[in-house]
Amino acid sequence: MAQSFPEDVLEHVFSFLNYDKDRNAVSLVCKSWYEIERLCRRRIFIGNCYAVSPEIVIRRFPDVRAVELKGKPHFADFNLVPEGWGGYVYPWIVSLARAYPWLEEIKLKRMVVTDESLELISKSFKNFKVLVLLSCEGFTTDGLASIAANCRNLRELDLGESEVEDLSGHWLSHFPDNCTSLVSLNISCLGSEVSFCALERLVARCPNLKTLRLNRAVPLEKLPNLLCRAPQLVELGTGAYSAEIQSDIFSNLAEAFLGCKQLKGLSGFWDVVPAYLPAMYSVCSRITSLNLSYATAQNPELVHFVSQCSNLQRLWVLDYIEDAGLEALAASCKDLHELRVFPSDPFDAEANVSLTEQGLVAVSEGCPKLQSVLYFCRQMSNAALVAIARSRPNMIRFRLCIIEPRAPDYLTLEPLDTGFGAIVENCKELRRLSMSGLLTDRVFEYIGTHAKKLEMLSIAFAGDSDLGLHHVLSGCESLRKLEIRDCPFGDKALLANATKLETMRSLWMSSCSVSFGACKLLGQKMPRLNVEVINERGPPDSGPESCPVEKLYVYRTIAGPRVDMPGFVWTMDEQVSSSLSRVTERRGD
Amino acid sequence: MEGVMSHESDLNLKATELRLGLPGTEESTAKNNKRASPELVDDGELFKLESDAKAGDRETAPASKAQIVGWPPVRSYWKNNVHPKKTEAETGNYVKVSMDGAPYLRKIDLKIYMGYSELFKALENMFKLTIGEYSEREGYKGSDYAPAYEDKDGDLMLVGDVPWEMFMSSCKRLRIMKGSEATGLGCGA
Repeated sequence: MAQSFPEDVLEHVFSFLNYDKDRNAVSLVCKSWYEIERLCRRRIFIGNCYAVSPEIVIRRFPDVRAVELKGKPHFADFNLVPEGWGGYVYPWIVSLARAYPWLEEIKLKRMVVTDESLELISKSFKNFKVLVLLSCEGFTTDGLASIAANCRNLRELDLGESEVEDLSGHWLSHFPDNCTSLVSLNISCLGSEVSFCALERLVARCPNLKTLRLNRAVPLEKLPNLLCRAPQLVELGTGAYSAEIQSDIFSNLAEAFLGCKQLKGLSGFWDVVPAYLPAMYSVCSRITSLNLSYATAQNPELVHFVSQCSNLQRLWVLDYIEDAGLEALAASCKDLHELRVFPSDPFDAEANVSLTEQGLVAVSEGCPKLQSVLYFCRQMSNAALVAIARSRPNMIRFRLCIIEPRAPDYLTLEPLDTGFGAIVENCKELRRLSMSGLLTDRVFEYIGTHAKKLEMLSIAFAGDSDLGLHHVLSGCESLRKLEIRDCPFGDKALLANATKLETMRSLWMSSCSVSFGACKLLGQKMPRLNVEVINERGPPDSGPESCPVEKLYVYRTIAGPRVDMPGFVWTMDEQVSSSLSRVTERRGD
Repeated sequence: MEGVMSHESDLNLKATELRLGLPGTEESTAKNNKRASPELVDDGELFKLESDAKAGDRETAPASKAQIVGWPPVRSYWKNNVHPKKTEAETGNYVKVSMDGAPYLRKIDLKIYMGYSELFKALENMFKLTIGEYSEREGYKGSDYAPAYEDKDGDLMLVGDVPWEMFMSSCKRLRIMKGSEATGLGCGA
């Protein structure tokens, strides 16, 4: 019986459970386990900040030390979510400050963070250690100054790829002289120059610094000064990797890198001057993670550098690597787990580089551990996709972006249904999929039938009818996030699968054919969903009910409709659908 | 919590009044024999029409070459950081040059010329023609061809009226016109 173990024994056992899934499962066993678990849960992850309110969280978990929150939907990264939509963290900080004075970690993604919030964080939590702001916006370097000045035990400050209003680089000087606790500092997103002296002294007095990601403004000539003071670095993001070609700069750099025996990850490389790449050769064999997505170097210098990294596990690179470079990669980096190839010229319909589907096929065939792919290219074939699927049944994340929307198989001019079908059929562990190219309802049938572990699906310019959406919603058992743009999906599939939406985190549909009437119906019938209609061109009820909404964002929530919506967002709930009762009466059920 | 919700039983459309089929039609068990999943019990009638839709049966025109919002899906943060904004000093000032009657256009970099005379020499070489003497009153006399350019406002202007620096910044395109057609152009405003 559950009663036979004393509480503190159970608490001790639970302390070994780190995954939310496990802790949630344990909470369901019985009331006393629920009570014990909730009192000892220290870390909470909230994938959608509007799915729950701070009050509900605090009521259930009274002693939390780490909070992770996500705000805007993923398509906000591509400017599809209008400015002012929401995702404000301030109300959360206010509540967390009151309830958790011992909070140590705050991690935010795609949220609006103000200087006020940062100041409140810096003053409310005496033992604050970790601040991670990924793809956030709304704050300035003044907010960073508060954090630097007031967080005595700061271990981690990671600004990710946030948009920071850069008022001055002076904020870094606010770290007090007795701050020696930094383990990780990522300021790569900042535009203006920080005081180099202050940075140098900070790096020198933090013996546990493992991750240092500099911003573009830190000149290459000064990099050795930092490396010499932090030879224990595991991850380094350089600043601009360019300087006039001078032998003393090169030798200083090479010598500094020689001293970095722990270095495993490299990033940065803005404005890269290829002649300086060999300065890093001494560390290449230990490098497991290489982010060259800002490095506009071309072959042969680019591929020569990458091929030196025989233990590479993760590579992010521009398409300057070309097919030839990827073939070399496949031959030299047998431990590769993840490959991302970004387009150097995304808006030109013409290819500026010789990168095709062949490069991806080569890496898929040559790298047995490859499980995560993000690939931008301009042509694809079913044959290539089938080859990739057959070579890599261990694929977990597969995101393919063919630059031209609705591009068919360039060899046969057929849709790419067969190719993507092969991916979902062979890759049984696939958790994330993004598709592009010409796709009919058939591909969605394959997905619904086979993609049983799929958690996130991104669709654009695909499908023929509601049947496509229906296949996905009714077949993908593990689906949590679905984002769709510019597809002819409408009301039927959405309404027929309304309850499915409560098993998911969220659904995004923009430029599809979902009518205002259907949104109202969905909102009225599903009180535990927030059905948000985003219409920038005017209120959705200014036209007929059959008029399609511009954008639709549906997410499950126990917090009810949110109260911070801007003028172009409407939540469909009971209040909105007063005219609906007439419709249901006519049905005569 | 999620495992508790079985959506098989929840696809009972009658109970949730979400059925949009015609009144009187029956719910049927899976007719679509391509689907192995037993969950799909209700889509038989609703989607019978859609299942006939063919791939080619699309009304929308192919995507135009104009830029689509948010496509390709590259983050604006990344977009702003990959390519350094080149200053004018580094890039050339290339303009297209057309000549009436010639089958294809050429491109020249205005930056490499010090003034009009150098430009004309280059054009004469490139197109094997002569450009006459320039005079403010009469344009280009004594030649079959006159150089004209399209400015920022899209107007066709005679080359030579304004100082070289001003011409360099406002010239978008050059056109070498047959002398006979060029008589209309002349004294600016």
